[in-house]
Amino acid sequence: MIRTLLLGTCLCLPYAALADEIWVTNEMDDTVSVIDAGTLEVVTTYATGERPRGITFSRDFSVVYICASDSDAVQVMDPNTGEILHDLPSGEDPEQFVIAPDDRLLYIANEDDAITTVVDTQTRRVVAQIDVGVEPEGMGISPDGLLQVTTSETTNMAHWIDTQTHEIVANSLVDSRPRHAEFSPDGADLWVSSEIGGTVTVFDVQTKAEKGKIRFALPNVRPEKLQPVGMRFSPDETKVFVALGPANHIAVVDAQTFEVLDYILVGRRVWHMELSPDNSKLFTTNGVSGDVTVIDMNSLKPIKTVKVGRFPWGASARPTNQ
Amino acid sequence: MRRAIIAASAIAQREVARFLNQRARFFAALVRPLVWLLIFAAGFRAALGLSIIAPYQTYITYETYIIPGLCGMILLFSGMQSSLSLIHDRESGTMRLMLTAPWPRWFTLGAKLMASSFVGLLQVAVFLAIAACFGIQMNIMGYIYVIPALFLSALMLGALGLVLSAKVRQLENFAGVMNFVIFPMFFCSSALYPIWKMKESSAFLARLCEVNPFTHSVELIRFALYQQMNWPALGWTTAATIVFFVIATVGYEPARSKR
Repeated sequence: MIRTLLLGTCLCLPYAALADEIWVTNEMDDTVSVIDAGTLEVVTTYATGERPRGITFSRDFSVVYICASDSDAVQVMDPNTGEILHDLPSGEDPEQFVIAPDDRLLYIANEDDAITTVVDTQTRRVVAQIDVGVEPEGMGISPDGLLQVTTSETTNMAHWIDTQTHEIVANSLVDSRPRHAEFSPDGADLWVSSEIGGTVTVFDVQTKAEKGKIRFALPNVRPEKLQPVGMRFSPDETKVFVALGPANHIAVVDAQTFEVLDYILVGRRVWHMELSPDNSKLFTTNGVSGDVTVIDMNSLKPIKTVKVGRFPWGASARPTNQ
Repeated sequence: MRRAIIAASAIAQREVARFLNQRARFFAALVRPLVWLLIFAAGFRAALGLSIIAPYQTYITYETYIIPGLCGMILLFSGMQSSLSLIHDRESGTMRLMLTAPWPRWFTLGAKLMASSFVGLLQVAVFLAIAACFGIQMNIMGYIYVIPALFLSALMLGALGLVLSAKVRQLENFAGVMNFVIFPMFFCSSALYPIWKMKESSAFLARLCEVNPFTHSVELIRFALYQQMNWPALGWTTAATIVFFVIATVGYEPARSKR
């Protein structure tokens, strides 16, 4: 009997630990919620520094980086224990960041100082600080790691940074308050969302010329509420999901024609998104309603909304079944 | 038993034939909820805001919210239409003829009730198909689960119609039924707005909604559409069906109309 119980426990334990996870920062609670991507339940919550926003895993998923904006730190957490291992020298008010494909350099937007700080995550030293426009926020990096783009909210620009020289090689004007930059997985296009302008501008990475501009329209929603922020490419690269902030919807955009295909209802003030590691679900962080809406990627229908902490903001996924 | 089935199916055939012959009635039954769904719901979509309540797992549009209520609305009007036809049958003497059959009164009225419920179900099926064409779709299993919930609700509202036909003496008085039964039942329920929303403005009205059997039939339909069982709603709807049917059977007099 005891042997059976022990065997059952041994068989069950690995399954309990194998679930894929979605990590969500809660801006007002100073915590991060961990959602089981299978059961869609919050399995644990860890304390972080003040006002956590941007979150990303190292490429090998051994650590998770968290922008604790009001603590003026990028915190490095052990995802297995929730323990803060150490802080990285991030500069003031880090809001968003992006990790380079080499899994070593972290590009951090310092909103108050108008700079992009480049930190070596291994030596924990600042490698470079690049002057950009006022209130930098959106951070993207090309798949080959050669170009990094910082968007500055007040200057209304996308700054193209050469990662070899850490110098700006081009600036592109976009509509008001650009808050997010996303390279297409093939590295050919750059998408920049403008929150107040209500548009997404698509650039050709080679020429840095504007390729197209996407506008949104939703019945029964005032145009000024259509404020695009976070963006995500679908795994097959045919669609781009755009979070529309206080419009409480995700727009589904054709990645080739730039046509808006559909709008998906989610919670209030949707900020950012993350795909589950198996690409079957999309998780949206809904700031004002304090929850995360889960969208089924096959049907593109919302299937569940999970309560997390106050003002969820960033999200990052960890596959734990490797 | 066989004779009972023949008698019941004869009553059912008559009811279905009457419905199919009255095309205007069929279209009126569909137009009413569709106007609510496509015009009223569009206008109120933003006004009512967002919330997550059982059985929903995530945020829904207002159009999605009112679908079960509009199914209930179709059944409510269908039940009342049935009571109207009963009064007509009574005035024309058809009911007296039917009741001369060698079956107890409850059997004849019960067969009539089943037949009118089936007609109500047909109307709801067409309505749900049209709603699906406008993008308001449920899971395929939801459409199957909802059939018994719709049928029980139709029985309950049809039984209420029987009670009214037992009490209303003349066809002309039916307008009063509209004012005093259909509208209060429909508006004082969870058909158009969740009860928590009603509670924000009036606790008394919210309480009225909670004891309204129509609310429970709507909730039974709502949960069934999402493959869930709402046991209290099932209990309320079943109890109300039995009570209404007993009152109707006891109180029904085929010669009651004033001529």
